[in-house]
Amino acid sequence: MEPVVRLADVVAVLGGFPVLAGASLQVGKGEIVLLRGPNGAGKTSLLRLCAGLLPVERGEAVVLGCDLVADLTAVRSRVGLLGHSNGLYADLSVADNVGFWGATVGATPAEIQGAMESMGLDTRLAPVLVGRLSAGQRRRTALACLVARRAQLWLLDEPHAGLDAAGRDELDATLRGAAAAGATVMVASHELERAGSLATRVVEVIGGQVFPVDPGGGR
Amino acid sequence: MTPTEFGPTGIKCPTRTRFSRALGLAALVGIAWLALFGLVLSPDDRVQREGVRILYVHVPSAWLAYLAFVVTGLASAAYLFPKTRSLTWDRIAGASAEVGVLFMGITLVSGSLWGHISWGTYWTWDSRLTTTAFLFVTYIGYLAVRGLGGSQQQRARRSAVVALLALLEVPLVHFSVKWWRPLHQGESVAEKELEGLMLFSLFVGIIAFTLLYVWLVLHRQRVLAMEDSLADRGLDTALAERRQEALPR
Amino acid sequence: MNTLHIARLVAAKDLRIEWRSRVVTNQVLPFAALVMVMFAFALDNDTVLPRVAPGLVWLAAMFSLLVLVQRTFAVETADGALDALRVAGVGPAGIFLGKSLALAVQLTVLEVMLLGAAVVLYRTELVAGGVVLLVTTYLAATLGLAFVGTLYGGLAAGAKGRETLLPLLLLPVVAPVLIGATRATEAALGTNDATPSEGWPWIGLLALFAVIFGAGGSLAFGSLIDE
Repeated sequence: MEPVVRLADVVAVLGGFPVLAGASLQVGKGEIVLLRGPNGAGKTSLLRLCAGLLPVERGEAVVLGCDLVADLTAVRSRVGLLGHSNGLYADLSVADNVGFWGATVGATPAEIQGAMESMGLDTRLAPVLVGRLSAGQRRRTALACLVARRAQLWLLDEPHAGLDAAGRDELDATLRGAAAAGATVMVASHELERAGSLATRVVEVIGGQVFPVDPGGGR
Repeated sequence: MTPTEFGPTGIKCPTRTRFSRALGLAALVGIAWLALFGLVLSPDDRVQREGVRILYVHVPSAWLAYLAFVVTGLASAAYLFPKTRSLTWDRIAGASAEVGVLFMGITLVSGSLWGHISWGTYWTWDSRLTTTAFLFVTYIGYLAVRGLGGSQQQRARRSAVVALLALLEVPLVHFSVKWWRPLHQGESVAEKELEGLMLFSLFVGIIAFTLLYVWLVLHRQRVLAMEDSLADRGLDTALAERRQEALPR
Repeated sequence: MNTLHIARLVAAKDLRIEWRSRVVTNQVLPFAALVMVMFAFALDNDTVLPRVAPGLVWLAAMFSLLVLVQRTFAVETADGALDALRVAGVGPAGIFLGKSLALAVQLTVLEVMLLGAAVVLYRTELVAGGVVLLVTTYLAATLGLAFVGTLYGGLAAGAKGRETLLPLLLLPVVAPVLIGATRATEAALGTNDATPSEGWPWIGLLALFAVIFGAGGSLAFGSLIDE
């Protein structure tokens, strides 16, 4: 079956610096892949590349059947990226934000409500302006927007950061649910224990390249 | 002499060729010719006497400025069309813009001086002068956008779009200024009677400046190509260093 | 998701943000009023002011446009929302039209206030015969300004040195609108003995400007906000 993500020797450049220096990776449908590695290794760039935000300088990259070398934009509507920023509007309420993002894909109010509930954003939080939320609550709102958008490929950059234990449990449950429903998930995280139990596969990103991780612990 | 290739971009830059040398020589001869005719051989104007000689710089500069602008627009369009997409067009657009800004500056200054000699004012709000001033500022904005950074493709696409928007803008500005201040009598260069040797000198000027323009753009475009290919080579080195990070210590 | 639907969505979102945060009403409107007052300080001549009032009104509108555009894109870049809009694959033409529409609404409120300020501060008088021309001028000019502001604002958003880049790019481009709108407004108000019939040709120019930048912007916006 056609892999959801297929990268072959991808080089990507940001401001003259090669953030990815020959990365190769294949991810199948329904997998939850953990990307681990030191800071600056290229995890964020790898995720952004798969979202169609970083141009491919060299190599081949096909995500969800879309050739990223030919056209970056086609893949974007099917992908959900949660990066370091949340992509939220501070002056709007939680419900407004999730509603807006859901509306961009034509989600029904019921689906939007469901998305908010799946991230524990109950009726108490719904009318609160995002600017007044804590970092963790903002993170959950961003994730709810992702759920509302029904993405086929979830790209999460340090999603557990800023969440308390309950929030993290909810996140894991949401991710497992998404994978079970047919989405594919790629998570970059330093939370090795938690993400490790969540993931079906672990890879190491270092020096702008991707290496499989030997279950025995070495590389 | 064979064209030289640069790095993985494989650009052929045939500027150190016999053609460009001949071109440079022709431009030099043309300028000398212009100086001869403009400063010595052509007669004084009945009214303005020596002052009219500024025209021999002003008119060719203006012609050049607009030519450069059109070339930038065409090269930008050529870049945006998928069939003709090539970074060479982007570099030509950039080189032409740089040369164009220079000559626009010369046009404005020489025009201002001529205005002072003819009518005692350094500036008039006629449509040609104002549109040229507007174009000057627009060009500076275009060059600023070129300097925004990012990959060569991003730079090329962004500046190509800005150049084409500017192209759309020019007729609007021209007409709005023209309706705003209709030309007054006697203030138009075209209405000036130029005949015989004076007209000929003007044509010499236009030809000489055009040769100069082509030569400048050719060489400037080459420098830009070399800068780009240097950046690419820099990438290879940077890539190698980056990959070093992955090796077991 | 068709373009018009997205445009409506984005416009509603922008207007809702303004409604909640009141930045335009609390900061930009006072700024514009201040500009009008400062013109009076600088020009300091009661016979001159009514004659140049239309020009000053539109000049103040141009400066306020810069601030409005900065604001509308600051909202997007604050938490990476523009990035997120791009990731979402939301059609850029829709984003462009939506933001332009919201900007046009805010600009209209501003311009009405400026006209009011001119009536009060510069003793401008409104003429009944010129009302249609006046309203048409405002519509055509505002639309053009909104389109061009959104377009170049998108380009400057997230770029280094964007605060200084936006005025450099935007002000030359809006020159035809400044000229056209001022002349048409003069004709509508009867300033300097202009009659309304002199104003209508300028409307043609303003409309052309709006059409060119509306169409051009829809096509170009995607390339300009892309990284």
